[in-house]
Amino acid sequence: MSEAPRMPDETGVPDPLPLMHPLLRKNRGTWKWHDRPRPGVLHHVAEGGDEVWTVRAGTPRQMDVHMVRNLCDIADQYAESHVRFTSRSNIEFMLSSFDKVQPLIDKLEEEGFPIGGTGNSISMISHTQGWLHCDIPATDGSGVAKAMMDELYDEFIAEEMPNRVKITTSCCQINCGGQGDIAINIQHTKPPKIDHDLVASVCERPVVIARCPVAAIRPIVINGKPSLEVDERKCMCCGACYPPCPPMQINDPEHSKIAIWVGGKHSSTRSKPTFHKLAAAGLPNNPPRWPEVAEVVKMILGVYKEDARPWERMGEWIERIGWPRFFELTNLPFTKYHVESWPGGRASLNASSHVYF
Amino acid sequence: MTRKLPDTPLLDELESGPWPSFVTGLKRLARTEDKPYAGVMKDLLGQLEHSYETRKGYWKGGTVGVRGYGGGVIPRFSEVAEDFPECAEFHTLRIQAPAGMHYDTETLRGLCDIWEEHGSGLIAFHGQSGDIMFQGCTTENVQKAFDALNEYGFDMGGAGPAVRTSMSCVGAARCEQSCFDEQKAHRLIVNSLLDEMHRPALPYKFKFKFSGCANDCVNAIHRSDVAVIGTWRDDIRIEQERVKEYVEERGRKAIIDQVVAMCPTRAISLDDDDSLDIDNRSCVRCMHCINVMTKALSPGKERGVTILIGGKRSLKIGDLMGTVVVPFMRLETDEDYEKFQALAHAFVESFAENALEHERVGEMIVRIGLVNFLEGIGLEPDPNMIRHPRTSSYVRMDDWDEEVEKWNARNNTAAE
Repeated sequence: MSEAPRMPDETGVPDPLPLMHPLLRKNRGTWKWHDRPRPGVLHHVAEGGDEVWTVRAGTPRQMDVHMVRNLCDIADQYAESHVRFTSRSNIEFMLSSFDKVQPLIDKLEEEGFPIGGTGNSISMISHTQGWLHCDIPATDGSGVAKAMMDELYDEFIAEEMPNRVKITTSCCQINCGGQGDIAINIQHTKPPKIDHDLVASVCERPVVIARCPVAAIRPIVINGKPSLEVDERKCMCCGACYPPCPPMQINDPEHSKIAIWVGGKHSSTRSKPTFHKLAAAGLPNNPPRWPEVAEVVKMILGVYKEDARPWERMGEWIERIGWPRFFELTNLPFTKYHVESWPGGRASLNASSHVYF
Repeated sequence: MTRKLPDTPLLDELESGPWPSFVTGLKRLARTEDKPYAGVMKDLLGQLEHSYETRKGYWKGGTVGVRGYGGGVIPRFSEVAEDFPECAEFHTLRIQAPAGMHYDTETLRGLCDIWEEHGSGLIAFHGQSGDIMFQGCTTENVQKAFDALNEYGFDMGGAGPAVRTSMSCVGAARCEQSCFDEQKAHRLIVNSLLDEMHRPALPYKFKFKFSGCANDCVNAIHRSDVAVIGTWRDDIRIEQERVKEYVEERGRKAIIDQVVAMCPTRAISLDDDDSLDIDNRSCVRCMHCINVMTKALSPGKERGVTILIGGKRSLKIGDLMGTVVVPFMRLETDEDYEKFQALAHAFVESFAENALEHERVGEMIVRIGLVNFLEGIGLEPDPNMIRHPRTSSYVRMDDWDEEVEKWNARNNTAAE
């Protein structure tokens, strides 16, 4: 008789305390203040007088074991064998003495890891799986992030922007990358192409019909087979039908474009959190370096850097100067597609006589 | 005979430039000839190059799992396996990270060793939900990889219609702005809901996130169904001597422009002697002045959390930010945490009972109304839950007097 199969140990979220740098463990909950001695370095001081320096470095997020082991070697040799990751995939090394900061920075730079991402810098792009691993992507995630970070490298390693800049990318309109000061997202422009031979065997048709935000999908029989059809006058090409029904192919090498959105913000700091808003669309999905996208992103960031006041996030800056001035300064076209057209969208219209000249 | 790496002229272009390259990492794995994954990664590179050439993705889902759990593995089967047979199966295991994402090098090396033995050697630190994503595993090896990771102290994360893996900021471990024990709250809530994570049976996904203050470093307010955000109820703590040092160092204009004028509720003024005057009853705990003057200002001492519900992205009714359902709750004693846990469970139960299939809790609340949701949970309406009172008169108010009595009773109880 064979052994009973192993059942999981339902242990849940691992306890971080045993894994935490000893100074963090010791001073947990008793930190007093912090400052940033240079870009990429944080300095925290505890009530009891302990100090810890944190060096932050960029990673590609998708890492091979050799890179992870290299980071471990660096942590063992130059830091104190403890690291943590930020929500934007940066790695942080904690040090008990300022003397260790520069040697660690030198080593990380020698090994190709940029030091930065703190304060008013452009941090690593939060991104998704894309062609590397997702089942519904119209573009890549890691590739867009790599291409953009190469272009924005100088702003990662410096703290010269008006405030922190959070960039996100998403490979479909589900937008796993989330809100950002700048969001680089796929925007489909053509309805799904339906493979009617496969729908009946692959898709739960009522589920797919219910998934459509504008009720544009209805059942149909084609060549004696049950299938689905899309009312293309209603369809807004969001792609919501594609995950539950892969034969409704939304991705298109030419017509899945890239749109750029600005002014998203999660924090409740100063202003309330905001969603990002459409700035530009119709840009080609152009691997491996997406140069047309990079050009617009860099242009918007350049105008923001030049014109915003200290501490203004992208959306707060635009709120102050007004959208007419944003389109003027960026020289981006303002089209009918910038005007909201869904039931809740009226709140975004100008219900006042306030007009910019 | 060793197989050559495929030609990848497009991906090769992503090896140049100053940012560390994931392509170089994929190639390193493809060249690790003494490991079984070398061939897998050669085909993975080939398939990815094919995607770059044709601008299309070639993965499809399926059903792969581990014994005892109904979720947590993201199955990926190649649609072009005839050309890239070794990566025909390339599944991901979502594994929950330690709260706050702290690691020692020994643990990281251990994770690498396990993944090198059973998987592709490719790991993402971390996915957007906070999982360590072990990417690239055959169907046969999924169970072996999970068993090894589980025996090493790690557990599966969430996928599908389930309580999902959570995230907490660095918080109390290294931040003076932390207003509660984020890691304790994170572990308490998720670990008490593991059945809902590992055996997906909810209407749709359900995410908790924990940020220690309004800076919201894990983006809880929009990226989670339940955002737990630290705050305080008493006054901001001020060291006026330090304030004066800032004024001296940066100049009065900078302090007025960057601190006083940027306060969202005009609660700050700079006195003639260069000390700060804060009207704490007008302060909304936004963190801005504290962020600018980290040595002079800090959160008050009566700390706790604000809880918001309903954040999500577009599908299906448009983006939603979370909105306040608990303006303030202390999180200090064991009793506080017990109440907090009971509330979290009530949220999940309300969602499980009332949401439609594929409906997020934010959409559910839009459909049924916030007041109905609050009544189901047993929470009282509070002016901190709204931007402003209703503007439409189209509502029945038969029992206005009774509601006024409830308000009076609540306020009298609070005053006692």
